[in-house]
Amino acid sequence: MKALCWYGPGDVRVERVADPTILNPHDAVVRVTRTAICGSDLHLYGGFIPGLKTGDILGHEFMGEVVETGTASTLTRGDRVVVPFAIACGRCFFCQRELWSLCDNSNPNSATLEKLYGYAGAGLFGYSHLYGGYAGGQAEYVRVPFADVGALRVPEGVDDEQALFLSDVFPTGWMAAEHCTIQSGDVVAVWGCGPVGQFAIRSAFMLGAERVIAIDRFPERLHMAESLGKAEVLNYEDLDVLEELKERTGGRGPDACIDAVGMEAHGTGVSAFYDRAKQAVRLETDRPTALREAIQACRKGGTVSVPGVYGGYADKLPLGAAFAKGLTIRLGQTHVHRYMRTLLSRIERQEIDPSFVITHRMSLDDAARGYRMFRDKEDECVKVVLRP
Amino acid sequence: MTLEIEPRRSALVVEHGARRHRGGHVNIDDGERWVSLVGGSVLAVFGLSRGGRAGAVAALAGAALIYRAARGHSQIYEALGLQSEPTHVAPVTSLAHRRGVTVRRTVAINKPVEELYVFWRDFENLPRFMRHLESVTCDSDRRSHWVARAPAGRRVTWDAEVVEERTNELITWRSLDGSDVQHAGAVQFAPAPGGRGTTIRVSLTYTPPGGKVAAVVAKLFGEEPGQQVHEDLRRLKQIMEAGEIPTISGQPRGDA
Repeated sequence: MKALCWYGPGDVRVERVADPTILNPHDAVVRVTRTAICGSDLHLYGGFIPGLKTGDILGHEFMGEVVETGTASTLTRGDRVVVPFAIACGRCFFCQRELWSLCDNSNPNSATLEKLYGYAGAGLFGYSHLYGGYAGGQAEYVRVPFADVGALRVPEGVDDEQALFLSDVFPTGWMAAEHCTIQSGDVVAVWGCGPVGQFAIRSAFMLGAERVIAIDRFPERLHMAESLGKAEVLNYEDLDVLEELKERTGGRGPDACIDAVGMEAHGTGVSAFYDRAKQAVRLETDRPTALREAIQACRKGGTVSVPGVYGGYADKLPLGAAFAKGLTIRLGQTHVHRYMRTLLSRIERQEIDPSFVITHRMSLDDAARGYRMFRDKEDECVKVVLRP
Repeated sequence: MTLEIEPRRSALVVEHGARRHRGGHVNIDDGERWVSLVGGSVLAVFGLSRGGRAGAVAALAGAALIYRAARGHSQIYEALGLQSEPTHVAPVTSLAHRRGVTVRRTVAINKPVEELYVFWRDFENLPRFMRHLESVTCDSDRRSHWVARAPAGRRVTWDAEVVEERTNELITWRSLDGSDVQHAGAVQFAPAPGGRGTTIRVSLTYTPPGGKVAAVVAKLFGEEPGQQVHEDLRRLKQIMEAGEIPTISGQPRGDA
């Protein structure tokens, strides 16, 4: 089959590889019909996440048709399914508490992650050997472990492009907003208007936010947030974000702040330069510009919610501000399984059509070009969907 | 000769706190002290008679061995966390003394005590999650035959018997006299509070074939017994909870 493989920072190629097979009783093999490039794939593409090996197949946003099942799988051939990016056994302490992305039993390489983080989370598709080294879904076929727990059957009437983002970015934006425990009248500020930011904006409104203020520097992303998301928008290159947020919230600050940017934040001024320099010489793994600003901007007693990915160590986080203001900080990989079904029914009820974020559709053969365009924001690229 | 490796140094420091903190305590047994004395003397005489720089080095090394024999204390053993002098702390397992490599590890498994006890009590299940075991065959309810993979591609076997068992609480076993490997194990099962399944505590002791040298080499080259048991228990948890051990071996990838 054809698959998008990683060969080093900035070097991904579509190669011919062997077809996946069933390796465990709860496996299924899925013929991929649609797959997408995620913002977090760019962290791998850029070499910011350790633990990738040459030839690893990337991709954790995908859906398709079941073509083969393991002996213990409850799926049947021909099922049309969308698959969560995190692999969960469904039977451990964490899965039973709906903390699916923290599954105890799905990461074959837990020992390494335990050394880094103390304890290991779930295995993820196509997300380095720290997270299990599973082959990803930017391919013609993909093996899905614990498919009976993760894969969700998609009903007729919901097309591929509408269902695809249940694998990650829609639930991720949703969980980010849910973490804000939005009350009536709340103002939510969202840093980053990429796909997760866009879904966080939409989700915040669905969960009852009064206003959402979105922050980015790319006009096309701000435009999408404004026109489709109904958010107020700020371009951080044109104004002082902290002052502007204060001004727009009667001096109180946003009730909740969402960092939908993560470890490769861009920024302006001295601190952004400092982070770039330190990250370049590997003294710092993460550039937390957006997170710093979110903590600083948040009102007293408010919530900072972090769907953006962090991998290692970040400098100069204003912990004093977070403490002094009694903030709640919520973060982590999305528990996709927890949200898929309810979000699917919102799609069925036509409350949202997640395909609004797609700006580019291309063949899997062109995936390398897709990565480059997405990274460089060429041609106003927000979301790339690949068709194998 | 006996030997002890401490995979969890901190735990043992608590146990032997008084001995450890004195520093310079006896950590070499009598036999080895004699070997050190004789070897050191030979080396010293050789060095002095040869002369030159190499001779001086040999003489100094010999002197160090004589000094080591006299004090009964090895700095190298201390740095490696080794002890060849037997300690007489009551063992959790059923070997007479704390001989060999002793490892203790704990795992929480989201399954009832009964299910886990029954699985473990059938020793033939152990190779499913203990990677160094090739097979265990039960000859009777209390006797079993164990085949294990040893370092350097060797294979060792021994017969074991159940020493004590309390249903849903405890199983202990040990190798029979005359085995090439001395092995003992204990596993305790306790229900975790709040309906959180079972806590399993395991203690395993081996006196490895090849004796001290093999054990030192194993430790230096990363075959850390504590980590091995940790991984064994993780596999037990995966089998019992998830019904399979996650793997990526056999999946496709691009050419390197």
